[in-house]
Amino acid sequence: MRKWNLIIDCARCHDCNDCFLADKDEFVGNDFPPYSVAQPWSGHRWMNIHRKERGQVPIVQVVYLPQPCMHCEEAPCIKKSPAGTVYKREDGINMIDPVKAKGHPEIVETCPYGAIYWNEEAQVAQKCTGCAHLIDEGWTETRCSQVCPTGAIKLVLADDAEMAKMTAAEGLEAYQAGLGTKPRVLYKNFYRWDKVFVSASVAYKDTDECAEGAKVTVQSGGAKAGEGVANNYGEFVVDKLGLGGRYDVTVEAPGYQAYSTAVTLDKSLNLGLIVLEKA
Amino acid sequence: MGKIERLTNCTTGGPVFVDVQDGKIVRMTPIDLDENDAQGWTIEARGRSFKPPRRTTLSPHAVAQKSMVYSPKRVLTPLKRVDFDPKGERNVQNRGVSGYVPISWDEALDIVCDEIVRLKREYGPGAILTTPGSHHLWGNVGYRHSTYFRFMNLIGYTYGEHNPDSWEGWHWGATHMWGNSHRLGIPEQYDLLEDAMKNSEMIVFWSSDPETSGGGIYSAFESTPRRFWMKELGMKMVFVDPMFNHTAGLFADKWFAPRLGTDVAFGLGIAYTWLTEDLYDKDYIAKRTTGFDEWKDYVLGKSDGQPKTPQWAEVECGIPAREIRALAREWGAKKTMLAAGGLGGWGGACRSATGNEWARVMVALAAMQGYGKPGSNIWGTSQGAPSDESFFFPGYAEGGISGDVDNSAAGYEFVYRMFANTRGATRTAHHSTEGQTVPRIRIPEAMMHEKVEWRGKGFCGSSIQSQLQKYQYPAAGYPHVQMYWKYGTSFIGTMTETNRYVKAYREGKVGMVVNQCIWFEGEARFADIILPACTNFERWDISEFANCSGYIPHNFTQTNHRMMVLQKKCIEPLGESKSDYDIFRMFAERLGIGEIFTMGGKDELQWVKEYFKATDLAKNITWEEFEKKGYYVVPFPKDHKSTPAMRWFAEGRVKDTPDWGPHPADTVALSTLQTASGKIEFVSSSLTRFEQVSGVVDPERPPLGPQYIPSWEGHRTTELYSKYPLQMVSPHPRYSFHTMGDSKESWLNEVKDHRVLVNGHRYWLMRLNTKDAAARGIENGDLIRAFNDRGAVILCAQVGERVPAGTVHSYESCADYLPLGEPGYSPDTSGCINILAPKRFITPTSTAMANNSCLIQVEKWEGAV
Repeated sequence: MRKWNLIIDCARCHDCNDCFLADKDEFVGNDFPPYSVAQPWSGHRWMNIHRKERGQVPIVQVVYLPQPCMHCEEAPCIKKSPAGTVYKREDGINMIDPVKAKGHPEIVETCPYGAIYWNEEAQVAQKCTGCAHLIDEGWTETRCSQVCPTGAIKLVLADDAEMAKMTAAEGLEAYQAGLGTKPRVLYKNFYRWDKVFVSASVAYKDTDECAEGAKVTVQSGGAKAGEGVANNYGEFVVDKLGLGGRYDVTVEAPGYQAYSTAVTLDKSLNLGLIVLEKA
Repeated sequence: MGKIERLTNCTTGGPVFVDVQDGKIVRMTPIDLDENDAQGWTIEARGRSFKPPRRTTLSPHAVAQKSMVYSPKRVLTPLKRVDFDPKGERNVQNRGVSGYVPISWDEALDIVCDEIVRLKREYGPGAILTTPGSHHLWGNVGYRHSTYFRFMNLIGYTYGEHNPDSWEGWHWGATHMWGNSHRLGIPEQYDLLEDAMKNSEMIVFWSSDPETSGGGIYSAFESTPRRFWMKELGMKMVFVDPMFNHTAGLFADKWFAPRLGTDVAFGLGIAYTWLTEDLYDKDYIAKRTTGFDEWKDYVLGKSDGQPKTPQWAEVECGIPAREIRALAREWGAKKTMLAAGGLGGWGGACRSATGNEWARVMVALAAMQGYGKPGSNIWGTSQGAPSDESFFFPGYAEGGISGDVDNSAAGYEFVYRMFANTRGATRTAHHSTEGQTVPRIRIPEAMMHEKVEWRGKGFCGSSIQSQLQKYQYPAAGYPHVQMYWKYGTSFIGTMTETNRYVKAYREGKVGMVVNQCIWFEGEARFADIILPACTNFERWDISEFANCSGYIPHNFTQTNHRMMVLQKKCIEPLGESKSDYDIFRMFAERLGIGEIFTMGGKDELQWVKEYFKATDLAKNITWEEFEKKGYYVVPFPKDHKSTPAMRWFAEGRVKDTPDWGPHPADTVALSTLQTASGKIEFVSSSLTRFEQVSGVVDPERPPLGPQYIPSWEGHRTTELYSKYPLQMVSPHPRYSFHTMGDSKESWLNEVKDHRVLVNGHRYWLMRLNTKDAAARGIENGDLIRAFNDRGAVILCAQVGERVPAGTVHSYESCADYLPLGEPGYSPDTSGCINILAPKRFITPTSTAMANNSCLIQVEKWEGAV
């Protein structure tokens, strides 16, 4: 059967927060029995947008990771919460029953993603419902995907086989895959969040011109880990390297002495200006 | 539970479906076009077809609208300051400190009307000062050029004129290079999306961030998919901005972060490279410009001994000379769109000391690359989508029900359709060049009864010369202001050196302050009488998505589909609040001019119907159909002929774009620019004439330009710089729209990049570079005190790499003002960072604000919170 999946593209989110706000618009002040009771006016982040800067001036990227309930297949909230309070629907959406779950603050602690919030007033644990009340009315989008202006958030209603195909074709990945919970929310271009880059500006000493075309090789333990070419501003970015990895970076240009350095990438790094001297 | 009813409305951040149930707003969503709505345009470019989405977009502040309607900060009854006795002690010194008591509408009407009559008798109508906030609601009937002006014109007033606050350098500088006064100095943008997609290879975004609520104004994210298209087509995108902005975050291939206030040096370094490496369009320069040789001598250093080499520019702006050359070479080789500002025009760089020269250098660079030829233009990437401009539906700046042809764009067409054969249009001599006004950025001085002099009456774009006219307050024969009726949204967070405003309330000579507003915030805290207005979801109105008109003609070309919206009354006004129209009607009735104000008793819905009839809507859809559907999409004509902006000029033809200016008197045979030469002028004829005839020399706005003039508050003002070594940039905000959406416990306050919750208070953000923070022992999330001689603000630090060392970034436009101690003399905790900004005009002969020329120091705040 067609199941609920959300795909979020880390290369298209620019933190407009329309998703975060549309969620509040839908759930604050509105009870949707039997799906949910109203979200409190403030404090909850059913769509929680994480932010990360990569690099240093002037080679910088800012990456955002909008994170709702992951609607995990192996959901810790379902396993660890009192029986019947949290359940999985046939379409894959995980729901907290607002009646049965009343008075169980411990449900909040079951989620390793921190996606469950406590509603003090209603005395109930709450989270993203996948807009199940709207899907059941025939909506083909969630409030967050509907309002996303960059197309970063997409609701995919597909069976598991189709979804597996899409996951492979588009290189979709889970956030914190190591938790092993098999989320139904998957990320595209996830390397922007969990990998690091090394970058620099390269110039020729004799001409003080940008070293357009200089070749960059990045090696790890003697094996090639990445490569790049300096652009017309002399800048290169070699991405998708491992966080915390040790790398040897070599910059070469015909007629110039090669430049080499070893780096440990505790974060994405702009090495600054590399000046190549005449061979 | 009743049935959910789907209604329509429109906001400053996009049109919405409003689901209403049992008198309560359930949700607001974008509008999905259906199969009965007109099909839109298609652009064919480089072998591909592009069609826009059939769904409207929303700005974050529009998505958060429900939280503003139901905000706990709504004013729900008329209020009177507890120690304000209109017949006894008024205790103006307690404004901002003492509390409020609810009063009845009758009592509020009595108090204010008695004062109006008294002031008219004793001083004349000029004693009533009034001004609106820049933006809050949307709707052509209920908004400020309409209902507000209609009422004020009928009682007489001294208007707090808005300076061209988003145009500044373009208005005061570029106007003298190419005219365009009818756009306050910014360029036309017609059909440039198609031109770019077909012909351009690169876009240089210079002080331009269209992915914000104010970057491309009123149009939400309509242009966002189009920038993705251009990226897919392989167009390179380069950004020049002191902040790694949000548009750069999505699209940047290269980011340049020049030192604040030195963009002109950067630009001159590019021009020098073009001149010396033969990378510019000499034929265009010869045919379409004047004074170039004189300017060339300046750039090459022949006239002043200082060649403006990339090495020279590097010293000023901090960009390596080799990168300046690299940009110049790429730009010189590729067909390039210069996105100077988010709208095509605008940009924070124009809101700074000598921002006039920045605007001029943008024009100069574009001219050197054949401005107007295919693929080469000044284009902000937000306007200029294909559109049927011939369909007549006015924008909010066309006066609505005021019919005020002096102070709105009503006189172009609308007033003749709306008020034909009636006596309903209003105007007043008091708000005219013969009356009394005062610049909004000099309201404190007026309230202190000081003498003020300035040039240009508000948005003065009737001609190039109109901005040079000199005015004074008090005007001859007029009184000092005695009453201040502030209308609309808070704007204390958008002015300059704003402790002035606080002091003017408490120490000035204005005996009664009325604030007609929706929320208790900002200036409302200083009022004597507060009149509770409702939002546009609680009354009827009519409007078009992103159509403001006025000085941004055809701004709807930002949208993917022209859409007129019936703004339905979705719920009853909350509490005792009322629509602005109904508030003014009560006052008009009490003052004996009710019949004139309402034109015989019309309510808002009747005005909306008449408005409908005065537009082309009535030719295309019946009122009944429009009322049922709630919106109308203008069909895109199959035989539409593309007329790219300035192509006519580049080709020496009669102007063929739908632009409504310049005035024929200012052109020769409609085929020239508005300048005396009809060309782009490197030696400005209007500034030369001003200097020669009036004898006024403005060294910061010289006839020969663009010239690099070091900022009067920047790295060359060494004494101040040594004390306050950080340069602050404070652009229009990303999430709120001016003050709309900020504070008032709106959900925007929970956006992590908008405000941060520390010890129970939501602090405004300031962005600092990692190095500057480390040098001061500041960590991410710390509270900091930003200060200079003008005041101090307590903020939350966001430490990172979005700004270079030496630059700090904090958006302008917080909606509130919350001093720690004595108002006007203690640090503000609401984020009113323009407390720190200078009140000085950008040049001595302008009336313009320079918020981005501001030196400050920052330290960790260990004090009380």
